[in-house]
Amino acid sequence: MDIRSQIAMVFHLDKCIGCHTCSVACKNIWTDRKGAEYMWWNNVETKPGTGYPTKWEDQSIYKGGWVKNGDKLELRVAGKPTGLTKLFHNPDMPVMDDYYEPWVYDYDHLFEAPAGDDQPSARAISLVTGEPMDIKGGPNWDDDLSGTPDYGRQDVNLRNLTAEDQEAMFQLERMTMQYLPRMCNHCLNPTCVAACPSGAVYKRGEDGVVLISQDKCRGWRLCVTACPYKKTYYNWTSGKSEKCVLCYPRLESGQAPACMHSCVGRIRYLGVLLYDADKIKEFASAPEDQLIDRQLDIYLNPFDEKVIREAKKNGIADSTIEAAQKSPVYKFVKEWRIALPLHAEFRTLPSLFYVPPMLPVMGKMTDGIYESNTENLWGKIEDSRVPMQYMANLFSAGNEEKIREVMRKLMAVRYHRRQVTVNDIDDELIQHAYKSTGLTPDIADAIYRLTSLVKYDERFVIPAAHREEAIEMIESTDDRKGSSGFNENKGYKRVF
Amino acid sequence: MIDSFLLIGLPYAALFLCVIGTILRVNYYGYSVTSHSSQFLESKKLFWGSRLFHSGIVVLLIGHIVGFLIPKTIIFLTATPLWLLVIEITAFAFGILSFVGILLLIIRRVQVKRLHSVTSKMDLVVYTVIAFQILTGLTIAYFHRWGTAWYASALVPYLRSIFIFSPDTAVITTMPLMIKLHVISAFVFIGLIPFSRLIHFVAYPVRYLWRNVQLVIWNRDLKASRASREKRMGIKPKNN
Ligand code: HEM
Ligand code: SF4
Ligand code: SF4
Repeated sequence: MDIRSQIAMVFHLDKCIGCHTCSVACKNIWTDRKGAEYMWWNNVETKPGTGYPTKWEDQSIYKGGWVKNGDKLELRVAGKPTGLTKLFHNPDMPVMDDYYEPWVYDYDHLFEAPAGDDQPSARAISLVTGEPMDIKGGPNWDDDLSGTPDYGRQDVNLRNLTAEDQEAMFQLERMTMQYLPRMCNHCLNPTCVAACPSGAVYKRGEDGVVLISQDKCRGWRLCVTACPYKKTYYNWTSGKSEKCVLCYPRLESGQAPACMHSCVGRIRYLGVLLYDADKIKEFASAPEDQLIDRQLDIYLNPFDEKVIREAKKNGIADSTIEAAQKSPVYKFVKEWRIALPLHAEFRTLPSLFYVPPMLPVMGKMTDGIYESNTENLWGKIEDSRVPMQYMANLFSAGNEEKIREVMRKLMAVRYHRRQVTVNDIDDELIQHAYKSTGLTPDIADAIYRLTSLVKYDERFVIPAAHREEAIEMIESTDDRKGSSGFNENKGYKRVF
Repeated sequence: MIDSFLLIGLPYAALFLCVIGTILRVNYYGYSVTSHSSQFLESKKLFWGSRLFHSGIVVLLIGHIVGFLIPKTIIFLTATPLWLLVIEITAFAFGILSFVGILLLIIRRVQVKRLHSVTSKMDLVVYTVIAFQILTGLTIAYFHRWGTAWYASALVPYLRSIFIFSPDTAVITTMPLMIKLHVISAFVFIGLIPFSRLIHFVAYPVRYLWRNVQLVIWNRDLKASRASREKRMGIKPKNN
């Protein structure tokens, strides 16, 4: 057993209102720079839709993620040694037009334009060439289902739906959509790390944050292709690749990442998961239909005596173990099993989990009226507005039964709460709901509470970073004493 | 006088700059070392330009280095007419490849507007030096036949004399102008390596072949720190 600690996340999709506050918070802090304008380390997509970059999920185009070759797990793009031959030109890499060409508006012209017959307008100016341009796309071009024929219908997750189901998703009366906020998953088996020939991309041992060393990156761009979520980006000015840093300076000082802190819907949770690093290879190469279960198996129970003992032996701090016990992520993912990873079939073991949204599932119309009766408890899931296969393609590697299990639990929580507040549901039905989902009134209340009531401190349980110990490895604390506390203590030394 | 400046002074200056400059740049200015790939801005034209140019230039570079390292073997090989012909034609073919490649790359730079914003003045110098270098190389190959043979027997001794610090320009000064130009521009090229985008091939990541697939870096080696009896705590893992 080789126990490590990972900062993991849960997004509760029913609560996402698609406001993009998260994306803007991130942009203002990290990517508002030349060469990075087009990057959205955090972005929010509308599903069905093609996302950003366009069709990122289609690995027949972008060659991201792992593939199973017999028993072996291989990078789809090219590992050793073939990766070294793709440096001169990498045919599978997304280019600027797959994202969008960044622009500003010529606002000055509105004020400076000479008097004339027409109102002046602010033309779009390309941030790459500096010349006027026609805008052909943007990071949220298909927001809220705009341009559905071009975007929604191209959604890769529709591929194995029956023609009838596909059609149903786009009938005006049945049309549904959901938001999908995305960011780097800080995977346990990251392809970006495995594909980087320079060894610039690495996983931090202490908390599992995946980072790119800007000093070591040589611009070979293989991480961009290898990440199946397209969450590493090439900075076209600096010639280096960049990615979400999970706001590690904030984490180290006990604050939630900016996207999470600012989230209007309070959909985001962050906490520690303990896992067994010895099992990564085995579980990442599990058969497709077992992938979800095996990934959940890798996370360990932080209350288990043996796990605690082994974790301590591995040098994990008591405060981290305590954080793992309080982790909201552990509750959603392991205890209640209502959060699932996005596209587990890419086999990177992502550390970001989604509670799938109920609303598009439930809101079915009969005769122009929203169905809200409670007579047939599971009926709504079975003939929901969104084909279950579609949800399964997103969140459970195509396994419909897994997604149904989660939906039933979420539904049971709602019935339970309705019983508590309105008390108009047949007792037999409630008992059936508990029995068939394994929930109890207490658990249902706990889920309800964590979903809708808890405040900052319970949504984000951030372990202490123990910077004091980290410093001791770079220099003796005696030397540090009396220094300014910043600037690597180099300032006062005489060189010649 | 001018000969000894260009054939002795320049080579030493170039080699000195190259060695010291490369060490300093890679170790202290790692952030500046990158391929400066422009594929993100334009990919289709780069495919032909970069693939042709690099496959040509890398083979030629290796050829020159091999000739420099084992001249006797090359002299022995090229004594057989058939081998001489095979080596000569192969080298010429790769020369053509790299020349077509660099032309395509230059045309692409000029044509594609997006690339203008990522093109530095030094890039233009690099294009010029490389195009000149390949062009003189091809001219020599065509007009001063059997270069693979005389490179090993006549030019390598001069190059070696530079490296053992007793420069001997007796033979090279008698050589045709084209060959002198090729040699001089080669040293300009070498001197440019640490000061231009050419640094990128020094960073060729061969170590990838034997490193672990996944890379985990710890701030401190937790287990070792706890077991340690040192007064000064904290043990840095080997890969950090
Ligand atoms: C040995 C391995 C080498 C590797 C892996 C390599 C890799 C690369 C890469 C990735 C690029 C950027 C292409 C892009 O825009 O995406 C590049 C560009 C370039 N390389 Fe190399 N290179 C190598 C050797 C060389 C050599 C030996 C030379 C010259 C003698 C050279 C000269 C150039 C030049 C001039 C460019 C700029 C091309 C352009 O953007 O127009 N390279 N190389
Ligand atoms: S999601 Fe993040 S950690 Fe996972 S492969 Fe992509 S960039 Fe790497
Ligand atoms: S800030 Fe929160 S609610 Fe708004 S789009 Fe982002 S994840 Fe959704």
